[in-house]
Amino acid sequence: MDLQLKIWRQKNKLNKGEIKNYSIKNIEPDMSFLEMLDILNQGLISSGEEPVAFDHDCREGICGACSLVINGAPHGPDKGTTTCQLHMRRFNDGDTIYIEPFRGNSFPVIKDLVVDRSAFDRIQQAGGYVSVNTSGNTVDANATPIPKPDADKAFEAAACIGCGACVAACKNSSAMLFVGAKVSQYAHLPQGKVEAKERVTNMVKQMDKEGFGNCTNTGACEAHCPKEISVENIANLNREYLLSKIK
Amino acid sequence: MENKAKMLSIKVVAETLNVSQKTIRRHINSGKINSVKLGGVHRISESELKRFMAGEVVDSNANKDSGFPLSNKVPSGPLENKWSKHKGNINLVSPANKRNIDIIVVGTGLAGASASATLAELGYNVKSFCFQDSPRRAHSIAAQGGINAAKNYQGDGDSNYRLFYDTIKGGDYRSREANVYRLAEVSANIIDQCVAQGVPFARDYGGLLDNRSFGGVLVSRTFYAKGQTGQQLLLGAYSALNRQINRGKVDMYSRHEMMELVVVKGKARGIITRNLVNGKIERHGAHAVVIASGGYGNVFYLSTNAMGSNVTAGWKIYKKGAFFANPCYTQIHPTCIPVSGEHQSKLTLMSESLRNDGRIWVPKKLEDADKIRKNQMKPTEITEENRDYYLERRYPAFGNLVPRDVASRAAKERCDAGYGVNKTGQAVYLDFSSAIIRYGKEKATSTGQDTNNIDLIKKLGKEIIKAKYGNLFQMYEKIADENPYETPMKIFPAVHYTMGGVWVDYNLMTSIPGCFAIGEANFSDHGANRLGASALMQGLADGYFVLPYTIGDYLANDIKTGSISIESKEFVEAENAVNNFIEKITKNKSGNSVDYYHRKLGKIMWDKCGMSRNQKGLKEAIKEIKELRKDFHNNVFVPGFSNGYNEELAKAGRVADFLELGELFAIDALSREESCGGHFREEHQTKEGEALRNDKDYTYASCWEFMGEQNHPKLNKEHLNFEFIELKSRSYK
Repeated sequence: MDLQLKIWRQKNKLNKGEIKNYSIKNIEPDMSFLEMLDILNQGLISSGEEPVAFDHDCREGICGACSLVINGAPHGPDKGTTTCQLHMRRFNDGDTIYIEPFRGNSFPVIKDLVVDRSAFDRIQQAGGYVSVNTSGNTVDANATPIPKPDADKAFEAAACIGCGACVAACKNSSAMLFVGAKVSQYAHLPQGKVEAKERVTNMVKQMDKEGFGNCTNTGACEAHCPKEISVENIANLNREYLLSKIK
Repeated sequence: MENKAKMLSIKVVAETLNVSQKTIRRHINSGKINSVKLGGVHRISESELKRFMAGEVVDSNANKDSGFPLSNKVPSGPLENKWSKHKGNINLVSPANKRNIDIIVVGTGLAGASASATLAELGYNVKSFCFQDSPRRAHSIAAQGGINAAKNYQGDGDSNYRLFYDTIKGGDYRSREANVYRLAEVSANIIDQCVAQGVPFARDYGGLLDNRSFGGVLVSRTFYAKGQTGQQLLLGAYSALNRQINRGKVDMYSRHEMMELVVVKGKARGIITRNLVNGKIERHGAHAVVIASGGYGNVFYLSTNAMGSNVTAGWKIYKKGAFFANPCYTQIHPTCIPVSGEHQSKLTLMSESLRNDGRIWVPKKLEDADKIRKNQMKPTEITEENRDYYLERRYPAFGNLVPRDVASRAAKERCDAGYGVNKTGQAVYLDFSSAIIRYGKEKATSTGQDTNNIDLIKKLGKEIIKAKYGNLFQMYEKIADENPYETPMKIFPAVHYTMGGVWVDYNLMTSIPGCFAIGEANFSDHGANRLGASALMQGLADGYFVLPYTIGDYLANDIKTGSISIESKEFVEAENAVNNFIEKITKNKSGNSVDYYHRKLGKIMWDKCGMSRNQKGLKEAIKEIKELRKDFHNNVFVPGFSNGYNEELAKAGRVADFLELGELFAIDALSREESCGGHFREEHQTKEGEALRNDKDYTYASCWEFMGEQNHPKLNKEHLNFEFIELKSRSYK
């Protein structure tokens, strides 16, 4: 199939970016979206131009590196799918596709479609852990049984890949789903209960400091989350936060 | 020789080592340093000092006769006591001194992140580097199936010894006994640790941890979190790392690539990095450098590794003197989604855990296979008696759960014989229909529903399969555009893991003093083939429980060094070398892209150094890679600038190293005249086509030493002593 691509090009953080037009031919339906961009880039290189920069690594939907807004939707049109797992069979011959970076005040553009998501790392550093030493002197793993429903809930929250689609999808650029997922994971486990209050306080504080917006319950984050993390986690976050203020 | 060697006084030796004279005397008294008395005073030969600096042990019994230049530092004594004895004997660094010692860790996967976190927790100052935008994205994250541990929670007869034995046997008797036993010994602790960190492993309805089974073993010892075990374990290690970053004990450098190792007076003292965002070349000094940069499967271009996975850190230290061991030991994983076309950029693994419930088959009749390839027939139309469940047929004891190397070769054998099932003829079926019926019946029985209603049974069965492998099935459907609940998956082997890597001793130190290698980057534990769910185990074992102890043995002699200056001439030279490389590689204004060369290299590797190898092909490969490398350096075109974000430039550096590694890989495969594990030489097979090992001549690790760009690398052989296990031919029948 032949396609028209409208791609955000931006030299670096300081320069102003713009949409540029490219046309691309002979794309096969079995190709992944990123393989289509690979082909575009090989063509650009052979004509002496700089290729389009985009983040990607595992290309199996788990590392969370890929981060494109495709036709206005973070990670493109498929539900529960990262950009790298989106295939060209989803598009038609002659389509025009808009490709932009994940946008948000806290995600400055580094180049073209590559953005800086280190704010997420800093939120995790503020409290996204259990303060247990890693030297191995812990109790036996089966000493504390965890009810299966709790373990499953924790797992569902922990499946977050930290890609930032929730922020890109949200009109407020809120990171509540991301933070909520981490807080919920630990809230569902006995190991996480000990420091629950400090954790939620510190993580929310850092989230605010990074400049992420607030949640206004539109649910766009869940709709675009490639791992379909539930907005229930935001409710959990609010509850944990409230609890930390009460006692 | 000895007479000609320069004899040094205790004072000189103490100054060289940056320790007190008292310490040297203590070492002499304890026998750690050999001295001779000349005129009543102790004198130490230069070669003895060199030996001591390299960390070699005087009384090591291993490799005395083999001519191997280093000691592997394996402690003597019974297998099960070696590690505790070693821990009891090695040098420690006091908490006060740890505060003055800096350690660099390159890589933030399971090994790197867990090591960084633990070293920081112990009190060292850690600088951690990764090329990804966040440490959480290291490729350990993509590991699916699980992690082994000898917990014996299932009561099915598991033990440290059995895990040790399975790993040695699975590795086709080409790994170091003591290292593997230690791995088994610390495995149980990993699970305790991870649970304490809040890793949400799968649990049963009683709230206890669940297990499943993997290839090459007869017990259920694999812990898992759906098909995302690697993700959950890595996020656990990442959280431990974050905790230390928050404490200020780890400085995290994301989007940084290690470009060079800096060696000062024979010791690793730092690295040169390139900031991938602004292109700045930076110097970083430390008392020790830990390489945790993963494997080199991307030398094949197409592999299940991430696009950015590379050998650069390992290769740079090889060129500075670290031995590179067994580069030809590569794992070709049997269950990956087949290549769909020329555009393919990477391959996707379908977890080995699927072989718990999936049955592998091809049509029995050639004409059926032909019809399938032409799309004139569906797999579901082939009746039971016309299917060849070739693994169950050839290996009745292990069936579909034979080790990976065996399963991969068997798939290749069937496809080469013309039974392949996709349009290229390079695929076999992985079928879940039996499991769906079996689970459905169980569920119907246990819930009192109609066991004769086949639709109900299928529905119930599919629900159970979904709960177990849902994300994998979804991923398959996305990529292959087929519903694996209804029609069998098509799979084919793909490059997945590299057992070879940087040579390390029992302390995980490379042949460069002060430079360590952990996780997939080293060669130590998996021999010639790795068993499923053992990579995660090794990464975390090295990072949490081994390196943090053993590194002290080296650093205890470094407490007086003080901070490492990055102004020394060695740092300047290393930085210049990096700048020269960048200048040269970016000089062309047109030419072929980096990917063009990478694909070509990958094709040579897959065709001639892949699942089966022969002398002729390997010789051709060596020649072709040499030519390709020359072409690359003359004609590669790297657009853009070096002083900013430039992925082509980053790739160029990585591919330049793959083009060198590829040659060493082929040289190694050529020199090993036997078949073992992932290394299958067509000249060495039994009548039934099984791998034929040669224990008499090849029970050693091939440790290659860099001898300069123009020279052939030198082969050093570390003989593998099997004191506790009898070498047997591997059988899974």
